[in-house]
Amino acid sequence: MESIYADIQYQDVPVEKKQRLFDEVKADMRWETQLYGCYECGICVAACPSARFYDFSPRVFAQIMAREDVHAFYELLNDSVWDCSQCFSCTRCPRQNNPGGIITIMREVAVNNGLQSAKDALKAYSRIIYKIMSTGTQVAPDMLQPDFFPDWGPDVQQVSDNLDVWRRMVPPETMHTTELAWDVSEKTRLELYMIWKLTGNLEMIEQIDEGIFMILEEVMEELLEEHGYDIDDLDSVMDD
Amino acid sequence: MSLPIIGAAGPPKKAKDRIFDRGDRMPATYYKDQLLDLEAKGELIVHRITEENDPVEVDTKYGRKKIIPRQNTWHHKSCGQCGHIPGYSTSIFWLHRALDYRYEDPRDQTSCTAWNYYASSTSNPAAQAAVALRNFAQAYEDGFYPIIHCGTSYGHYKEVREELLHHQKLRDQTRRVLDKLGKPMVFPEEVVHYSEWIHVMRDQIAARQVRDFSGITATVHPACHYHKLVVEDAVYDKELYDGQRTAIVSALVKALGAEVADYSTWHDCCGFGFRHILVSRDFSRSFATIRKIERMKEEADPDVTLTHDTGCVTTLDKSQFAAQAHGRNVGIPVMSDAQFAALAMGAHPYKICQLHWHGVDMRPLMELMGIDHRKAWTEFEETSKAIKSGEQDFLAWEDC
Repeated sequence: MESIYADIQYQDVPVEKKQRLFDEVKADMRWETQLYGCYECGICVAACPSARFYDFSPRVFAQIMAREDVHAFYELLNDSVWDCSQCFSCTRCPRQNNPGGIITIMREVAVNNGLQSAKDALKAYSRIIYKIMSTGTQVAPDMLQPDFFPDWGPDVQQVSDNLDVWRRMVPPETMHTTELAWDVSEKTRLELYMIWKLTGNLEMIEQIDEGIFMILEEVMEELLEEHGYDIDDLDSVMDD
Repeated sequence: MSLPIIGAAGPPKKAKDRIFDRGDRMPATYYKDQLLDLEAKGELIVHRITEENDPVEVDTKYGRKKIIPRQNTWHHKSCGQCGHIPGYSTSIFWLHRALDYRYEDPRDQTSCTAWNYYASSTSNPAAQAAVALRNFAQAYEDGFYPIIHCGTSYGHYKEVREELLHHQKLRDQTRRVLDKLGKPMVFPEEVVHYSEWIHVMRDQIAARQVRDFSGITATVHPACHYHKLVVEDAVYDKELYDGQRTAIVSALVKALGAEVADYSTWHDCCGFGFRHILVSRDFSRSFATIRKIERMKEEADPDVTLTHDTGCVTTLDKSQFAAQAHGRNVGIPVMSDAQFAALAMGAHPYKICQLHWHGVDMRPLMELMGIDHRKAWTEFEETSKAIKSGEQDFLAWEDC
């Protein structure tokens, strides 16, 4: 089937590849509750923050997926999908569509297939992936550095300069940390890593950033072995 | 041809004349029945709120009564709150201590990892469900009821609940993971956000108020992942905005005697964007300042804007510095409902509310609240010096 758009991008990509990725999205167990039809009323667009500052429209996602236009789908998958804010304001849809939910699934497909556009979108972000997967907390006080947040003003410099003392000036004992948001016990961090391993998540990291994957695996599996865990007992349980 | 309007006896009423009435439209079945069915089949354990949790009931969007536990709560902390807005989490704990409610601040809790999931999608439903249920199992084993600090964790855990209830395959995958970890499969009967705890405690907080907030005007930003993700769990009150938007935060502001000022973009997101706030902040800054802060300034000119989620406080607060450098109409202090409530009850602005971690100048607001911020900062610095010199290890609760 031809695209409805004459100027569609990625015409050199085989339609079979586009169809396979499209089918992967529709095979997701969540798919059946994401899209019920579209009035083209534009309520989702009016509610969408990304639509105000990017060439982005949640309505187009609903329309293209409903039309099964695999060419336009592939363009969205590469050029638009990472602009979404994932705020789910679009769930104001009178047909109870969830364009943000469609995008969550599309992003997973993009990552699982190692699309270059996904790697590019997540290039600066991958060190955060390492943080969450190895420490069990997403952001840490020591990330507040002026070179990372120059636009947040002089307070960031002050936090950075006084970090150790100011963290010890926070009364809850779990929050005297600088490298983690709070003190997560080692056993708990290892359990989190075991979840990533048992659910096949590390393969997703490998698709996006092989370097981060290798460091993560080496550091965490050494720790697991130190604590007497059998790595061979942690193969994916997804297909059992 | 004119189409009949069902239920309309005359011309459509103007919005201000509408009468809010939920009627009897509450769904005949809802998630709790399904959870109990799964428990009866031996698939999982439902973690119940009991009398030991000193529960109270509140209305939700479609009329279901939600049970909020007040006592013996397990605090599922937030990455962004603990990491970058430490006065947020500290204020939540301080309120529990000041009002004499027992809680657990666990070390055996991980992030829900949903910030990463919505930013990068480097995860899948089974992993996300297993992370949620590992935390819930831990709360169950620790003997406390989970209460969730982050709006995204709260929203995402409700998504996880929906997915688990509807997909046997996902339940089986999650169970296999939990078996490997030696954890039971537990889901709480209610997913409870800390702001709901503050909401049901607002009269007790007001009764202990020591600072006069009657001269303060506040705008409220309801967090997207609180009231837009699995909407039926969010708390609504017929007496607030005619039940047409969540009562959370606004009800607290009124209880404390401050004015809640409306503005046209209240439903808009803050611009956080998950990935954007960390690596594409031009978008977050533009949205936060142009669609939220400037609208509030022009339409309400508030003394403070209050919200109840991690990302919203960060985005609305930190985005203002660059906008101010460009001469935009910004400069509204931003804080959480927890910090606002703690300040009302006399909490120290720096030792407890940690306002020096915020970007926008809080001093004019503190003056309106009757706080001597110079004295408070001197007190903070004295203890800082004692820690720096090694005379004192930490700031203890008792020193606050």
